[in-house]
Amino acid sequence: MHLVLVGTSHHHAPVELRERVAFDREHAAALAKELGEAVCLSTCNRTELYVVAEDAEDAERRTVAALAEVEPALYRLRDQAAALHLFRVAAGLDSLVPGEGEILGQVRAAYEAGSPGQLLDRVFRQALHAGRKVRAQTAIGESPASVSSAAAALAEQVFGDLDGCRILLIGVGKVGEQAARNLRTRGAEIVLTANSKTDRGELEAELARADVVVSSTSSPGYVLDALTVERARKGRQLLFIDLAVPRDLDPAIHELDGCYLYDIDDLEAIVSETLAGRRGEAARAEAIVAAEAEKFHAWQASLDVVPAIASLRAHAEEIREAELRKAEGVLGRLDETQRRAVESMTSQIVNKLLHLPTVRMKQAAVSADGVIYAEAVRHLFGLGEDER
Amino acid sequence: MAELLFWPALLLYGEAAVGYFGDARRPGLAGRVATWGVRLGWLVQTALLAVQAAREDGFPWGTWAGSLNLFVWLVVGAYLIWGCRGAYRLLGLVVMPLAAALLIVARAGGGTAVGTRSHYSNLFLVLHVGLVLVAFAGFTLASALSALYLWQERRLKRRATTILRRPAPSLATLDRLAARTVAFSLPPLTLGIAVGLEQLIRRGDRVDAVVVTTLVTWAAWLAYLVLRVNGWSGRRAAYVALAGFVLVIVVRLALPVTHFA
Repeated sequence: MHLVLVGTSHHHAPVELRERVAFDREHAAALAKELGEAVCLSTCNRTELYVVAEDAEDAERRTVAALAEVEPALYRLRDQAAALHLFRVAAGLDSLVPGEGEILGQVRAAYEAGSPGQLLDRVFRQALHAGRKVRAQTAIGESPASVSSAAAALAEQVFGDLDGCRILLIGVGKVGEQAARNLRTRGAEIVLTANSKTDRGELEAELARADVVVSSTSSPGYVLDALTVERARKGRQLLFIDLAVPRDLDPAIHELDGCYLYDIDDLEAIVSETLAGRRGEAARAEAIVAAEAEKFHAWQASLDVVPAIASLRAHAEEIREAELRKAEGVLGRLDETQRRAVESMTSQIVNKLLHLPTVRMKQAAVSADGVIYAEAVRHLFGLGEDER
Repeated sequence: MAELLFWPALLLYGEAAVGYFGDARRPGLAGRVATWGVRLGWLVQTALLAVQAAREDGFPWGTWAGSLNLFVWLVVGAYLIWGCRGAYRLLGLVVMPLAAALLIVARAGGGTAVGTRSHYSNLFLVLHVGLVLVAFAGFTLASALSALYLWQERRLKRRATTILRRPAPSLATLDRLAARTVAFSLPPLTLGIAVGLEQLIRRGDRVDAVVVTTLVTWAAWLAYLVLRVNGWSGRRAAYVALAGFVLVIVVRLALPVTHFA
């Protein structure tokens, strides 16, 4: 059996091409079913089809046909390379932002919606395991990777738990809204969304109650100056996030005791630093993923020899039982304890004799000699000859 | 036996101090190794104190150096409450070098050996020395939290780009924990001083410099709490805590000159 992967991603195709093969969950499940033992992973950054078949060429042809609209941008991988790719995807190493966590859930959803057999089941389970392991053992996904999430993380550095934290949102720019949404998901609440029509008195009154101010207007001048802030805040700590260009908030606010002002450049510098950190962690993550891929390879290779090992053990057990039956006359005189001791001893002889050949066959399987060894064992012990 | 336990304890505290330094530069393994150093070191020092207690008829830490040994144990024990959590590892940068240094001083003064005796009663020593040391250990931890607050605040003010790569506890958490630690530590100090003063009056001893400094220290930490109730927090409160800690150090270092002389 071969694992075949055909797909495209943000590395190979722009969004105009990717959107042609972006499938919703139902469509992806239907496509996987159509292809047989298959899983379709379709996200905004990639569409990949994982198919298991005896005939890899044929499976690849059918899969390429299913994604024919973007054929020039397709990549094709097989067996260990395909598994390694999936492990990297699940670990977030192939993502636009290294280490992003959403992909792990998307891989799980694709696996659950697909039609996996034994091999796909194993490779997807191991990919999910590799993804979780990378998250647990490296810091690749710990730091924020966008300006809006950096703003929320900064608020946590000042206030800790954001539950009940009050946000004053000035202006309704896209990034500002994203930052506010990020803060809200961590428990903060928006007390006022101010715009150019908002009364100045109301703005200052809310400033007195707010913990975080997020500003993203298109105002040509400062919306808040240091004097207003000092008057309104009454000694309380305040975090200001200025996402506007030109800036909305007077830089002198940062000089006030207990006030912290971050503009778009500050946030971008922080994000760039955290992304550098993620890239540093990626090297450790790659090592984890490579080790998991190696384990998968060993398992897949063992599939070649497992039937031969099972036949050999069944054959040996058959002989053992037949010999015990032959000796029934003598054994009949033994009491139950002695009889059990003889059975146990014969089992142990069989197990010990077969242990080393079993281990050697599995080792040979990993080094690609599995089929030869399996054939040799079948030939030497006459396994399966009765059926022929 | 006590000698055999001192060196492993010191080595483990030293290892923890170096480990926390490494963790500050590159968070990860060094921090975990350091935390284990603290845990094991504290257990070894506990064994050292147990040996000292077993070999003595009375309170074995009644001397200046002995009390310093007990003080180190209390500080590290208090640190262990939070220090094992990843975000608080940075506290170890302040606490563990101090613990290792004070343990060396305690040994130099004979505080880690057995056979030291005091002319005071056991009950008095347990109450006076024990309570004052518990309070001082709490103040040391509160000061470390305040130092961490000032460091974190400075990073926010300087807009350090690494602030989210190496996150520390939030300002609000550090501020709250420091205040809570002081609030828990002041009552033992008050009681410990009261017991000491009662003994001083009963024996007709003179008020020495350490007694005065200890009273000033008590007043400083009380002022810290009063100021907090009146709205002082953040950077200003952290500076007051550090000033209080300077007094704690003065009291500790002045002890051999006067109080136990």
